[in-house]
Amino acid sequence: MLRLFTRSTRNIPLCQRFSSTLTADKYPNIKRGDFGKINDEDINHFSKILSPNQLITDSNDITGYNQDWMKKYIGQSKLVLKPKTTEQVSEILKYCNQRKLAVVPQGGNTGLVGGSVPVFDEIVISLASMNNIRSFDQSSGILKVDAGVILENADNYLSENGYIFPLDLGAKGSCFVGGNVATNAGGLRLLRYGSLHGSVLGLEVVLADGTIYNSMHSLRKDNTGYDLKQLFIGSEGSLGIITGVSILCPARPKSVNVAFLGLENYEQVTKCFQKAKSELGEILSAFEFMDKDSQLLAAQTLKTTHPLCQDDIEGIESVPEYPFYVLLETSGSNKEHDDIKLEKFLEDVMESEIVVDGTVSQDEQQLKTLWTWREGIAEASQQFGGVYKYDVSLPLDSMYKLVESVKERLNELELSSTEDNKKPVYEAVGYGHIGDGNLHLNVAVREYNKEVEKALEPFVYEFIESHKGSISAEHGLGFQKKNYIKYSKSETEINMMKDLKKHYDPNGILNPYKYI
Amino acid sequence: MSSKIKILVPVKRVIDAALKPRINKTKTGIESQGVKFSINPFDDIAVEEACKIRKNNKGLVESIHAVTIGSTKAKEVLRTALARGADTSTLIEINEDKQIEPLAVSKILKKIVEKEGSNFVILGKQAIDDDSNQVGQMLAGLLGWSQATNAAKIIIENDNLIKVEREIDGGVEVIEAPLPIVITTDLRLNEPKFIKLPMMMKAKKKPLGVLKPEDLNVEINDRLETISLDVPPTRKAGVMVKNVDELISKLKELEKQA
Repeated sequence: MLRLFTRSTRNIPLCQRFSSTLTADKYPNIKRGDFGKINDEDINHFSKILSPNQLITDSNDITGYNQDWMKKYIGQSKLVLKPKTTEQVSEILKYCNQRKLAVVPQGGNTGLVGGSVPVFDEIVISLASMNNIRSFDQSSGILKVDAGVILENADNYLSENGYIFPLDLGAKGSCFVGGNVATNAGGLRLLRYGSLHGSVLGLEVVLADGTIYNSMHSLRKDNTGYDLKQLFIGSEGSLGIITGVSILCPARPKSVNVAFLGLENYEQVTKCFQKAKSELGEILSAFEFMDKDSQLLAAQTLKTTHPLCQDDIEGIESVPEYPFYVLLETSGSNKEHDDIKLEKFLEDVMESEIVVDGTVSQDEQQLKTLWTWREGIAEASQQFGGVYKYDVSLPLDSMYKLVESVKERLNELELSSTEDNKKPVYEAVGYGHIGDGNLHLNVAVREYNKEVEKALEPFVYEFIESHKGSISAEHGLGFQKKNYIKYSKSETEINMMKDLKKHYDPNGILNPYKYI
Repeated sequence: MSSKIKILVPVKRVIDAALKPRINKTKTGIESQGVKFSINPFDDIAVEEACKIRKNNKGLVESIHAVTIGSTKAKEVLRTALARGADTSTLIEINEDKQIEPLAVSKILKKIVEKEGSNFVILGKQAIDDDSNQVGQMLAGLLGWSQATNAAKIIIENDNLIKVEREIDGGVEVIEAPLPIVITTDLRLNEPKFIKLPMMMKAKKKPLGVLKPEDLNVEINDRLETISLDVPPTRKAGVMVKNVDELISKLKELEKQA
């Protein structure tokens, strides 16, 4: 699987050098909450609920659970629990709540804001062992799964039944469906299938005191009372632990085309998007843009020939001189119909010179290859040691200005260079989902350091606030953005959120130090 | 070079190589409803190579003609070939559910070679749907031409001499032959590039003729009969053993069963 998201196993000495810093040491202002400390009695109690292989106390085995995949946040948990049933989760939380033991729920641990790893010694509750597909209704397309089912497995299962999971993202080979819902993941096909707030029909959630909230029904319409499940979608484990998901899945498109285009400037990218919406209409399923520097980064890890290069060269040399690239996907039920529409659209944008160069996939292999030049950017961004990631919503016209401003700022402060290895920053690149007004700003760095952090924050957040954007479009708040929520939400809103949190988790044991 | 090269590239429309084919309910063939079809990857390599030969040997190649046998839907693989750089193309139209056997294909291709005056045929070593690996060889036999199969490298030597390298166990075999020649392509020959949009648009204006087998006076007779298709039996799940003794006893048990 080309698009399978591999957690980097490459040797990155710089990354390892900086990986030894504990989150607690990096942020000395954050103090451990007034939580209980795990003792032998606690372990004994958990041993009664779970079988021995569901309990991890060996420090070597815990390492992977203590750090995020970017190795940016490193906790000090001494205990990982891997429940297999909702009842086990309930018993664990009931006990933790009584004992005031802090917990951090963890899915595939592919998060980008440090939301799924401990900060201090919180107990990690991994959903990895809850990985059964519960049921699928062939006529309605409603899928019910355990929270720990890997997204790609769910999609492969649906594929055999002629359906598709309404969410797709780069980390699909590792991330869990439960984690996707808990973080309200957006991904690559939001443009077509909408957000999880729309497609999730019901949830099974264990609250802080062990109460099981169950709304795993299969109703598309249900106007009785508050829509409680919405509270948990995007709550990042702060209100409860999602153990089951009921989700409405659309029919799998029979015909998929991918075009990869080269454009002269950002304005043409937005023009191209408008044209795509009006000419392709309902078959447009993704519209992604990438700047040239992001392609140069990707070329260094992909080590293949760029799709728009005509010579037999590989890697960085093969990336042509276009400042912007667009990956456009159409999905429909009738190939002839889609082909005619796409052809007409491509002719129009070429003739009107909105697009100066481009290609269309001729087979499945090419289709996958084209996607790697978009999906590969995330991994490529940290090849030099690390990456500062910002995932923001901005109005389309000012979207790329953020990348330009950050580049300018890093250059002014003399922090950035692609050649000089002594500079902490390699390059800032921009790409993302034009269709959703969602920009990813990745600052590829050779090391994580305070100077770079100060140059970026709150600069980036202030820019977003002044342009009426959101500081987190889809990655969430987690640990990284906890203190910056005020740039996107009013005081009233934040207070309402805090009230909810206090009500459902009075002891604050669920995923502390994060979110709000 | 005394004579100019006129290239013919036969291509086939097959189920996309990246998809897992499913056997149909009647077990007589592969399920083709709602499945993506693409150009046979080996044939795509052949078209790419034909274009490369033209590019790397200025003025040597007079024309590249692509041909396919199939329903009107097969026109799309001809468009791919034309977009890649073929000049003209022909569809030999047959009924959609008609399976046509390698010998009949070779006979039709022989007629096209004669019609087009080709002296250089390059095609995939096999189509990935039936994996027959016969057409290139049969065509060379029918025409009485030289043949070089599974080409991993093609070098146009001076004065009417083609050098073909094929990968064999432990080394490379080099074949030299004069025109006319039939060459079949291996995966190693080249990696087809992405086709640029302007080429795709130009391809729509390039000639695409349609003929019927009757027009070529070829009679299609089936000589083979497919009795039934079945998927290979699935592998049994493995067993965990605790120690060497258990392993040995398990092996003995299995031997008895076998």
